Amino acid sequence: MSGRTLFDKVWDNHIVVPETTDTPAILYVDLHLVHEVTSPQAFDVLRERGLSVRRPDLTLATMDHSTPTRTEQVFGGVRIADSAASGQIDALERNCREFGVQLENLHSQQRGIVHVIGPELGATQPGKTIVCGDSHTSTHGAFGALAFGIGTSEVGYVLATQCLLQRRPKTLAIDVDGALPAGVTAKDLILAIVGRLGVRGGAGHVLEYRGPAIEALSMEARMTVCNMSIEAGARAGMIAPDETTYAFLKGRPRAPRGADWARALDAWRALPGDADAVHDRRIAIDASALAPMITFGTNPGMVMPIDGHIPPASGDPAFAKALEYMGLEAGNGLLEHPIDVVFLGSCTNSRLSDLRLAASVLRGRRIATGVRMLVVPGSQAVKRQAEAEGLDRVFREAGAEWRESGCSMCIAMNDDRVAPGQYAVSTSNRNFEGRQGPGARTFLASPLTAAAAALRGRICDPREVMA
Amino acid sequence: MIIRSRTVILPLDDIDTDQIIPARFLKTTERANLGEHAFADWRYASDGTPRREFPLNQVDLAEHRILVAGRNFGCGSSREHAPWALKDLGFEAVISTQFADIFRTNALENGLLVLAVPATAHRWLLDHGGAELQIDLGAGELRWPGGEAIPVAMEPFARYRILHGLSSLDYLLRHEQDIARYERARTPDTPAR
Repeated sequence: MSGRTLFDKVWDNHIVVPETTDTPAILYVDLHLVHEVTSPQAFDVLRERGLSVRRPDLTLATMDHSTPTRTEQVFGGVRIADSAASGQIDALERNCREFGVQLENLHSQQRGIVHVIGPELGATQPGKTIVCGDSHTSTHGAFGALAFGIGTSEVGYVLATQCLLQRRPKTLAIDVDGALPAGVTAKDLILAIVGRLGVRGGAGHVLEYRGPAIEALSMEARMTVCNMSIEAGARAGMIAPDETTYAFLKGRPRAPRGADWARALDAWRALPGDADAVHDRRIAIDASALAPMITFGTNPGMVMPIDGHIPPASGDPAFAKALEYMGLEAGNGLLEHPIDVVFLGSCTNSRLSDLRLAASVLRGRRIATGVRMLVVPGSQAVKRQAEAEGLDRVFREAGAEWRESGCSMCIAMNDDRVAPGQYAVSTSNRNFEGRQGPGARTFLASPLTAAAAALRGRICDPREVMA
Repeated sequence: MIIRSRTVILPLDDIDTDQIIPARFLKTTERANLGEHAFADWRYASDGTPRREFPLNQVDLAEHRILVAGRNFGCGSSREHAPWALKDLGFEAVISTQFADIFRTNALENGLLVLAVPATAHRWLLDHGGAELQIDLGAGELRWPGGEAIPVAMEPFARYRILHGLSSLDYLLRHEQDIARYERARTPDTPAR
């Protein structure tokens, strides 16, 4: 019998009832993250059925999607104009109180995007199963957790039973050799991987990112990579835990302490895949051959090197529709393409290292006239750290807006929207039609590329403007 | 369980859940009445008038309750509002070659059938919008207008659940003792054994 992969080990550890031909496995969940948009209907089911939350101690709620990012609306008592959004915020407050779930509410100093605060608090740990009613739950796989998004019905099942019904997925190893060149980031790497696999290439699989280029990444960069696993159709992406992982977690509020820490470390060190473990599929990527990447279409798989050319028309009606929506032509490049908006934020790229990267380009400079740049830190903790380093001043003095944390312009559920027809360079994860507002046209890119575009008012190779 | 209806076609591949229901309509705390927002930006111009060229605006949806879509339908966001909206619009089944993983689960949890068919059958369906089909879930068959039937693949437990009106939640609650036993055997904060 061959050895077990990282995924195999985490999966096997959480089987309550094994899978059969007729029935899926019952899988135990170690951490359930909850937010305001995908939970109210689930709490309603509990109420209707007279059920309680089985493990409030394994459940953590926050609000991020429909929350405002303007300081006066978050802390200043200015009413949230959108009554539907404030209704969701109130519903989560009520539900968490009624069911005894810990909530980082709108005014909490620990609030932030759900996928930023889980790791920040040390709740995200190697070997855990982690779910949330949000497809970017794959982010937490950066720690060697099995983490995936679920729907609202399943949110209800986990609240009530701490379990899910699951068929065992296949595994796909992504071996990344070499080292990322200067100016090429984890975001460029994952965009290249999504481009290689396509938006359905990872369906039915859990991805495992491996190899020297992955081992060299910081935890924040690893989160950027795992975050976009879903954009290749994979519910989860994982990276084996190592010393970088343990150093990140040590001392965080929810991380194990003292004797528990030593015990946890022993368990975590057993998680990486065995040398003879076999994945169902495997692809290889050479990191040293990568350039900064940018999307040109309306899904994240429609991506190319920044100095590349949009592929020729293929006869695929979806491709033609995408280019028409984007107002672009097959065969053309994107360098020098004018832009209107730059968004630095989202669960993909809103952590301190992302803000530092963008600030390194903008320090002492002004963004181009007519360009609007929005900087939205991933959490209140990131915001405080950035302010302590003076990054907020760098952004403000460059002409950008500095906001409170949240999903903001990635999903445009609050007032942070790109206007119809405008072009935005965004560090977020989805360039779907209308994602950043009806009619908005999105180019996905790294924080470096986004900052460079803000500076020039046009798409450019960030390596040309790097300090 | 037998569904008999005509098809309506959305031939594009990779239709994401942001198209099925845009995020600005997710600010609800209920699951009802989302059909009016289904495909909102494809169905309506920005002034609210229906776009005539959009296939769902060209037929009486009450008679077209089977959606045939391009590959990888429902990719992207995990929002269960997508199957809620499709059901509220009157759809009982979606046919494609492949569905996004989270969407498939969400649809089946709501009794919206998602049927994966081989590429040749899919091609025929895309080319014959309005075809009258019969889906026999008990027999696991999709019956063509001429009477010929092909088997359709569906996860067996989801099929059983829908046929027998069993909810996943009830099934899980019935395993309470197994869950309690698992919890006793294991300290949640020391994951690997």
